Amino acid sequence: MPRPGFVLEVDRSTPPIMFWRGENFSLEKLPAGRSRVIYPPEPLAAIEDIDGAILAALLNPHEQDPLPAQLFPGMKLTIAFDDVSLPLPKMRTPDNRQRVIEAVLDLAADAGVDDVHIIAALGLHRRMHEYELRHALGDRVYDAFHPRGTLYQHDAEDLDNLTVIGTTPEGEVLEISKRAADSDLIVYVNINSVAMDGGWKSITTGLASYRSLSFHHNPETLQNTRSLMDRHKSELHKSVWRLGKIMRVHGPRVFQIESTLNTDMFPSPFDFLSKREWEWKAKDRATFLATTKSLSRTPTRLARRIFHNIEGPHQMTSVQAGDTEAVHKITLEWVHKQQLVEVHGQTDILTLGIPYVCPYNPDGIMNPVLVMCMGLGYLFNMYRNKPLVREGGVIIMTHPTYREFHPVHHPSYIDFFEQVLADTTDPVAMSLKWEKQYAEDEWYRHLYRTGNAYHGVHPFYAWYWGAHGLQHAGKVIIVGGDSPTVRRLGFTPASTMDDAFEIASDVVGRSPTISHLHVPALLVADVQ
Amino acid sequence: MRLIFDRKPLKFAAARLAGTLAPGRGAAVGPLKLEPNEPLPLPGPDWVRLTPRLSGICGSDLAMIDGTASAYFDPLVSYPFVPGHEVVAMTERGRRVALVPVLSCVTRGINPVCAQCAARRTNLCERAAFGHLEPGLQSGFCTDTGGGWSTWMVAHTSQLVDVPDDLTDEAGVMIEPTACAAHAALRYEGHETVIIGAGTVGLLTLAAITATRDKDRSGPLIVTARYAEQRRLAKELGADVVCTPDELPRWVRSATKSMVLADQLTSGFRNVIDCVGSSESLRQSLRVVAPGGEVLLVGMPGNVSLELTSLWHREVGIRGCYAYTRNDFIAAIEVVRRFDLGRLVSATYPLDDYKDAIAHAASAGRRGAVKVAFDMREN
Repeated sequence: MPRPGFVLEVDRSTPPIMFWRGENFSLEKLPAGRSRVIYPPEPLAAIEDIDGAILAALLNPHEQDPLPAQLFPGMKLTIAFDDVSLPLPKMRTPDNRQRVIEAVLDLAADAGVDDVHIIAALGLHRRMHEYELRHALGDRVYDAFHPRGTLYQHDAEDLDNLTVIGTTPEGEVLEISKRAADSDLIVYVNINSVAMDGGWKSITTGLASYRSLSFHHNPETLQNTRSLMDRHKSELHKSVWRLGKIMRVHGPRVFQIESTLNTDMFPSPFDFLSKREWEWKAKDRATFLATTKSLSRTPTRLARRIFHNIEGPHQMTSVQAGDTEAVHKITLEWVHKQQLVEVHGQTDILTLGIPYVCPYNPDGIMNPVLVMCMGLGYLFNMYRNKPLVREGGVIIMTHPTYREFHPVHHPSYIDFFEQVLADTTDPVAMSLKWEKQYAEDEWYRHLYRTGNAYHGVHPFYAWYWGAHGLQHAGKVIIVGGDSPTVRRLGFTPASTMDDAFEIASDVVGRSPTISHLHVPALLVADVQ
Repeated sequence: MRLIFDRKPLKFAAARLAGTLAPGRGAAVGPLKLEPNEPLPLPGPDWVRLTPRLSGICGSDLAMIDGTASAYFDPLVSYPFVPGHEVVAMTERGRRVALVPVLSCVTRGINPVCAQCAARRTNLCERAAFGHLEPGLQSGFCTDTGGGWSTWMVAHTSQLVDVPDDLTDEAGVMIEPTACAAHAALRYEGHETVIIGAGTVGLLTLAAITATRDKDRSGPLIVTARYAEQRRLAKELGADVVCTPDELPRWVRSATKSMVLADQLTSGFRNVIDCVGSSESLRQSLRVVAPGGEVLLVGMPGNVSLELTSLWHREVGIRGCYAYTRNDFIAAIEVVRRFDLGRLVSATYPLDDYKDAIAHAASAGRRGAVKVAFDMREN
């Protein structure tokens, strides 16, 4: 029986707590008597017969007919799937997407469906490399569809192949892939790592155009998204659900398949990552020491490669199919069962260890903009009800925050860092002054459409993702980061955690209360 | 006292070696030496004696001292000579003057004057090695005139421009380099422009352009600067954007919505002003200049290695921009006054400390300095 999440009150006997620091880790001693560490629940039991569970979900969907009943010869079937941005780290093969898509294709073949397109629903993310497509879908699917041009990646800038489904009463336009819109059935294959994903967000972002995305990916919406992990208090999700209603009324039928994962994210020899520090055995301590020492001597580029080559177990805990909203409701129950931890009250400081990866740099570089996005966008938002840190409190992150960018994946991020952040770090100001220029830049558009670059506007979206955190925090400190780079982000650099607490004392006094969100694995703090 | 530079091949070779190892080190081992001043005869009736007060150290002086100046100048220089062409000095009658160092036909007693001088383009004089003076493109490179790095020198009356009373000596010594900048600024047309380099030449060119920017302005002005103080000054002197040289292509690409082919922008800025003059700066100029655009070379180049295919293919022009005319000096005085450019004189040294002075000037940017000058006011 896996243990639930746990809030450890730090006392004098508490050992130092492990923090991510990019491509390494550190142990930090948190002040006794006023610090707490929030640990995620232990991994839920995995489904043993995954293929059986998938087939059962397809044959017994929620609030829709079984999938075989919806398939018929001559129909247009489009299968869309979540892109490389999740899960993190990448999943051991066979990836769940491969399992689900193979099952769907088997049923389609049985039904005589031969007009099948498979689309990577990447929205404005970078196109996946061939090795990533093969990893997610398997060689069989890739080799059968890609050479015929029926496996491809969504292009949010291909104006000839986008179509408007409709407009919400609030004026939000739903514009998605024309092929998907013209299909008799869209099967969406989702992997759900966090509560933010899935539901109507899958199609309305993954297959949408820039125009359509801009209605909810903007500072105003994201500043009022409290939080990204709480759909009912998220303006972003409200917008997405309004668009989903348009899809339901005016678009093709959607057969949503969502699967959830447990928190078994890292393989051996990284077992220590998922253990609570006071339960570390001699072997764990030795592994930690050996790992950190060797990583500290390893060139960053090599360390990065080592980490990005990790394949996580990511065992499936549930799979459900059918009507989007009915399916997503069950998905959220499973996500919460795995990730929810009840926490009482807010603290003055929130500490976060920032890892080497976020959804926007698989097999790439965690550039400074993404450090902000991961800290203030993702990890800060891992709450329900209210943030772990009080309004005006301090967020302390640990990360080397090197001024380094992946030139192929993140070309517009480089310019964003050099031009936009040099001008302003205010999401609203940058959206008014700079966003259009980046969004419509022909060079970025070209790199997004033909290379492996994130869309020109994407660094803005990454920054907006942290807009609520930026607005909420009185100060943000990065421990161990490159000082000029940290300052460019508008944050305060600190050499050590003690220095950070000293700097934070200007805002929260000398005896602040502290919460540490223990990552990995993923958790959502249900703050009462 | 005076600093004198003689033609001594062995010392010249030593200076070249030392200068390669560390810029400015040529002063310690090269042909430059300090010696007592000897009286020079006045070359003609319209010549006067000057007592220099301040005399700046220019990039061309440093190239000469480190033995890296182009051999092109050999026939335009006469040895031994006293360097120093950025000069504010007193005449024997008590006038405080800035020196227009160009040695044109009038100063050389040539009559009729050459076509360039007749057109008042004295900086392009065709007789710089002829007439009754020994060769020398400017005072400070001519054995007959002496130069500013001394306690006295001679000058033709046509070379003198009064320094207004409200300007300090420091402001006065900045008039000559600012005149270079004012001359370059004449070519500024208000289009989008890059200034490469934020040393003395780059900053003064920026100031001179800013002084005239209100007319026909249609594009941003981007300046590249390596060092923090340069960046601060460039912003203060009117740059819209100040970036590092590495960042420049991305700024220009973004501003012009350009595409990229390998390292080459497909579009670019119509005007690039290269205030460095190195192979690297020229390469960068060609990367960011628009097809049909022009690179204005204000910084003094030496022997550069350059791939010119893009210049040919994109019909780009490279145009030299040398020195000034007397009118540029008049314009420069206003620029110096408007931006208080005397503050750019970061350090002054007595002639006795010339090795330190030259080392300082050679690493000015890195040491947060702009202009280093010799101070003869105590002599």
